[in-house]
Amino acid sequence: MVEEMKSSVESHILVILPHPDDEAFGISGTLAKHVQNGTQVTYACLTLGEMGRNMGVPPFANRVTLPEIRKKELEESCRAIGIQDLRMLGFHDKTIEFEDQDLLDGHINALLKELNPSVIITFYPGYSVHPDHDATGAAVIRTVGRMPKAERPPVHCIAFANNIEEIGKPKVLNDVRDFLKQKMASIQAHKSQFQAAELLGSKPLEDKEIQDRFGTEHFWIYPFE
Amino acid sequence: MQLINQSEIQERIDLLKDQDLYIHLEMTTGAYAAHFDSTKHPAATFITNAVIRYSHGSISGNGPYRVGLKMLQGWVYSEGLTHYEESETERLILAGHDSQGKLVVSLQLSREPF
Repeated sequence: MVEEMKSSVESHILVILPHPDDEAFGISGTLAKHVQNGTQVTYACLTLGEMGRNMGVPPFANRVTLPEIRKKELEESCRAIGIQDLRMLGFHDKTIEFEDQDLLDGHINALLKELNPSVIITFYPGYSVHPDHDATGAAVIRTVGRMPKAERPPVHCIAFANNIEEIGKPKVLNDVRDFLKQKMASIQAHKSQFQAAELLGSKPLEDKEIQDRFGTEHFWIYPFE
Repeated sequence: MQLINQSEIQERIDLLKDQDLYIHLEMTTGAYAAHFDSTKHPAATFITNAVIRYSHGSISGNGPYRVGLKMLQGWVYSEGLTHYEESETERLILAGHDSQGKLVVSLQLSREPF
């Protein structure tokens, strides 16, 4: 059964992703929609994406300046979406899978205790391509899995690996066509990472091709045992 | 970042020789290489803030450039360098970007840790 995320019932969404820009394509429309409905959103971003390969075209960043540039891009993206609470956890890009799991899980557990979110959004472990994505999702699932069953918030997962048919169809489809302005502003905020002009061309947000491509966001609900 | 000016880089390499330096050396295909094209072999490696000292170093090629640094026991080698950071006068910041602007290789030297 496919369901729309119940816009009105979410009190607090906790987003846990490893890189600035992980929010832009997959979930920014969903978040903007909830923010407009009065939902509180906390975005815990584990790293500053300091090992990213994209430095702008032509390159305006380098390995030394990239972390600070991406931090500012992330803040701009959050403003565009309307995210009220951004936490940068200070881990190093590309190292999440090697981190001390107790340290990672401890950070996530502290957020759960503090915020008591009604839903969590993260990557589906094993189906999210980048090792940092998979390791972040795995840490969230481990930590939530330790909570008593009745207290666990649902975990909505992003997945985009080539083998996602293994986990079936996404269970949550969000129509975000009315929030493409915020979504495009989020994408455009990450200037070092995306060439937004190439993505959009000269097409308006009402264009059918743009709406088909960006207008729906989908999530898998993690099946805890 | 600016396109490499070979003689300027050579001067900077000479200024940094015979002293302890922190190095960042990296090469990457990007984490998505095999996701977009299964025939590609994703690989990446980096080392940050290891301490090295070289007695002789040079830049060669016609662009992209190669840099070799001769240490007491061994070498640092990097190929495919295209850009440098002109505004960094104390540190040497070199990188190689592909035709899409993506970073493929980087070599950085500094007297202070990165």
